[in-house]
Order: sequence, then structure tokens, then C-alpha cells
Amino acid sequence: MSNPMRGEVVRLYKTLLFLGREYPKGADYFKDRLRGAFAKNRDVKDPEKIKELISRGEFVVKELEALYYLRKYRALKKRYYDIDE
Amino acid sequence: MSARVLVGVKRVIDYAVKIRVKPDHTGVVTDGVKHSMNPFCEIAVEEAVKLKEKKLVKEVVAVSCGPQQAQGKEIDLQIISNKRMTVGFILQETIRTALAMGADRGIHVEVSGKDYETLGPLQVSKILAALAKKEEANLIILGKQAIDDDCNQTGQMTAALLDWPQGTFASEVTMDRDMLKVVREIDGGLETIKIKMPAVLTADLRLNTPRYATLPNIMKAKKKKITTVKPGDLGVDVSSRLEVLNVEEPPQRLAGVKVETVDDLVGKLKEAGKI
Repeated sequence: MSNPMRGEVVRLYKTLLFLGREYPKGADYFKDRLRGAFAKNRDVKDPEKIKELISRGEFVVKELEALYYLRKYRALKKRYYDIDE
Repeated sequence: MSARVLVGVKRVIDYAVKIRVKPDHTGVVTDGVKHSMNPFCEIAVEEAVKLKEKKLVKEVVAVSCGPQQAQGKEIDLQIISNKRMTVGFILQETIRTALAMGADRGIHVEVSGKDYETLGPLQVSKILAALAKKEEANLIILGKQAIDDDCNQTGQMTAALLDWPQGTFASEVTMDRDMLKVVREIDGGLETIKIKMPAVLTADLRLNTPRYATLPNIMKAKKKKITTVKPGDLGVDVSSRLEVLNVEEPPQRLAGVKVETVDDLVGKLKEAGKI
């Protein structure tokens, strides 16, 4: 409870939860895995280690945003631009 | 520097949703279906916000037309069936997304019921033209088309109504004082034009990469102002002269056939009259 980085971790969790609502395999699938990933590291106390884990989480955030963008871009490109017939 | 940009955003059925036609062929099923901002409108918003970040414009105003909220009955039904996504201030959510992406304020043009069902590019462009005059906008950026009706007319009509130059299908825009250099995607290549502001731009797919509306930004966007106006206040008549006669699903793709040998293949192709 007293960890000074708690706020940052909670924010990351919320951001990921929000992003997970659009996950291709479903929000529930994503939520389970997200919970699992955070629960696995619940006992980490070392601030350096926590920082590292947060930056890994932020990397996942970036990846998800890129994934959603690409998915949409490809869908539109296929619908409106690919002339394959 | 003192330019104001008006960006039109449309709320459409999400691109990833499988569209279903209503059994009576009057339209498509929208109740309880996930909606989001039209992807081309996202690109338009991103371009406007980018211009603001480069300090080339002063203010970005997001505009959308639609009903205030879902009909009372629908809300009750959806709470019972626990589908919360379309409940509440549905349209404002689309404007909020634009605000979360960086627009400064929103204008919600309230069109409800029957008028909303028949609201088409002409009505929207009349509204946009009236708003552009009222807000003293110097630039209107729109998506080139919406993924629901695929009309690709609103930008062109708005430019015509205002008698402003237009840069449609923009894939690159550079602003130099009151001149715009627009690279347009045309059949078989690119065309570069130079137009004078005030002008209307419509965004093509490759214009930019729209940023993601993040959770903290959506929260912050709640503090930004959304004003509501009625088409009547703008002196716009939204009645439509178009009538939808019938909506059909596209034909089902027929199953293919597997052939064992090359001879079979040639035979089948001859049968189908391909060779």
C-alpha cells in the first residue's frame, strides 16, 4: 500500500484495461491475462524492478495502439483501395 | 495564425462490426451495435490538431449532427440486457473523442427522430456552411467519406454552398499563411494544387496516422465545452427530398469447387466459359 509507485502502476493498469476493450480476442480474454500479468509481479518490491516492469507495460500500450491503428488502416485499405479484380 | 478550423465528425457503426440489414429492408440494424467515429473523420481531426500544434491555426472546433441521446425506451431495454455501450449521450461521445484527440471545443447540432434518419450530405453541408459563417472559420476539414453511406459528397457540397475552393482526397497538406498546398490522390497518381483560404479539405486515408484517444485525455476532454445548436437556429432546413426504397445485403459469395487434376480444372473452366 505504501509504495510510492502505486499510483503509476494503477494508472498503467487502467490504461491497459481501457485499451483491452477493443482487443480482437475480446475484452474478457484480455482482462484475464492483464490481471494475471500484474498479479504475477505483485510481490516485487525493488523500485528499479518496478520501473522496468512499468516501462514494459508502456511498451505494450504503444504496441496495442499500433495494432488497433494498423487493423483499421488495413480494413479500410482493403475495402476502398485494393483493386484486385 | 488566427485561423479557426471546423472539423466535421460523424458517428457511424464501427468498422469491425458485421452489418446486418433490417428484416423489412428499410435500413441496417443500429440498435445495440457498437458505434465509433468514422475513420476518415479521425484523420480529419488529426490533421486539424497537427496544424494547431504547429501553431498555424488558433482553434479547432469539432462539429457533429445527431440526436441528443438514444430514445428513452431503448435505454431501458439496454440496461436490462446489460448492453451499456450505446446508452446515454451517444453522439456527444463522438465529439468527446475528437476533443480527446486535441480539438478545443465541440458543437453538437441537434437533429432528432425522422430528420436524423433522412439526414444526408446536402443537409449536413448546409449546416456546416452555416456554422462556418457563424463561427468565422477559415478552414473546414472533413473525412472524404463516411464508411456507412459512402457518399463522398459532403465536402464538395459544403465548398459549393460557401463558394470556397476545395482540396478533396488530400494526402498531404502544407499551410503557408493563407495558402494551402494540397497533394490529392487521384486515379493513377497524385495531383498537387494550391488553394487560397478560406477553403474546404477532405482527408484521404494516407493523410496521417490518427492518434489514439487515451483514457486520461478522454477524462480531460470532459472539461471542454460542447455547445448545442438546432438547425433552425442556423436557418437551415433539414428536410430531405430523398426516399430510401430498399436496402439489400450484398450477394453471398458462392462456394468454390476443388478439382483433382489439371484436366478437371481445364474442363471446369471451359464449362464456366472462362477459356
